[in-house]
Amino acid sequence: MSDHDHEHDHSRTFQPDHPEPTTDAARVGLALRELLIEAGHYTPDEEQVVIAAMQGASPENGAKIVARAWVDPDYKGRLLENGATAIRELGFELEPYEFTVMENTDDVHNVIVCTLCSCYPRALLGMSPAWYKSKNYRARIVREPRSVLGEFGVDLPDDVEVRVHDSTAELRYMVLPQRPAGTDDWTEEQLAALVTRDSLVGTQRQLGSGSGSELPRALRQPRGDHAHAVADRRHATALDQQVVYTCLWSYFPSLTRYCKKLYQS
Amino acid sequence: MSDALFRVGQRVRIADRTPPVHHRVPSYVKGRRGIVERICGMHGEPEKFIRGDGEPKQRIYRVRIPQTDLWCDYAGSEADKLEIEIFEHWLEAAE
Amino acid sequence: MTEPWGPHDVGGQQAGPVDLSEHDYAHWEWQIDAMIRLALKKGLISDFAELRDGIERLTPEDYNRCTYYERWAKSLAYTLVSRGVISEAELAAKIEQIRARQEAEGVA
Repeated sequence: MSDHDHEHDHSRTFQPDHPEPTTDAARVGLALRELLIEAGHYTPDEEQVVIAAMQGASPENGAKIVARAWVDPDYKGRLLENGATAIRELGFELEPYEFTVMENTDDVHNVIVCTLCSCYPRALLGMSPAWYKSKNYRARIVREPRSVLGEFGVDLPDDVEVRVHDSTAELRYMVLPQRPAGTDDWTEEQLAALVTRDSLVGTQRQLGSGSGSELPRALRQPRGDHAHAVADRRHATALDQQVVYTCLWSYFPSLTRYCKKLYQS
Repeated sequence: MSDALFRVGQRVRIADRTPPVHHRVPSYVKGRRGIVERICGMHGEPEKFIRGDGEPKQRIYRVRIPQTDLWCDYAGSEADKLEIEIFEHWLEAAE
Repeated sequence: MTEPWGPHDVGGQQAGPVDLSEHDYAHWEWQIDAMIRLALKKGLISDFAELRDGIERLTPEDYNRCTYYERWAKSLAYTLVSRGVISEAELAAKIEQIRARQEAEGVA
């Protein structure tokens, strides 16, 4: 039997270009999907629409909200008062959860977790990273937040209060990171480009504009199992990725593309 | 809609019970005391969704607890806090 | 501290370092996620609370052995069977069909 000469049979979970899981537990999921589609509860087209919507959400959404809050104090006030209303004001669709935005200040650093499962503001941050869902993060961030934050390269002095927010089913959170110094005349677009997913969750504190002691996330992220490299990178000199790329791009576009590909792989 | 039972700034205690149904109170905060930091909205009670439609909705409160009250070996600043949302029926007034 | 209620109730437990590596979602994982959303939208289940309940019913061994989407899949199966949307027999038959197909195609 060959389906390959015809259009893909989308009721079949296995497609030749996508590896299929073979554990007993994963087969349960594959089986459910085929049964529900065969029974007409939903169609592969509907499935594609939902997947496309999920894949379309990214931290760029949260970044735009942060940039607007940085440039517009009135908007920031509304955002901190009622997150959902202010977020929808900018045209973003939110699932009907209550939404709270917490502002980082010189004296306070916020970080988010869902210890019981993995609730996460997907509409604004995209899909959650594996570490957010991991037992190790969920177990330790509420008990030893400073130690866990240290693993992310965030070392906080004792005079900065750490607030951990454990999210239950009904509320969602996002951190409003501090605007970096030296960005007074930046456009909203330029500011949004500085905001990282980790800063919106609270596992990054300083955003790069030339100051600070943390590497941008793309440079801190270890490849494969080289987690020990993170500890070394924490002590490395800070690098303003955005500025470097801007300068490089002017003179060496090809080299810039190569550097970006190298660091982000 | 009924009035809120607790007010911002009030000291409350999170109940220490373990009903044999889905509930959204982690064990590490059960029986602990904190301050109401924020009064949140009305939401369907998780325990009621398993056998029903979650109605009637209940008010949620954000409770702020000092980390040094939660963990006897807490390694951090005394100012550090844990904040968590708790349904009204899990809270009682405390001294 | 009160004893954890289930394998999901991990806040405050001793645990190892956080693995920071990033992972792309596999195609089947997107499909499981979409299936959950569609099950809610179509009224096959009424609320995420039902699925969280299903995960909390996993044995500690199952919870710790399964990957994230495997847990959601098992929970959805339990919930849909409990609600009578599908039967245990047809689910078992379909799982066996998939297993046999995978073996025949050399991917199992």
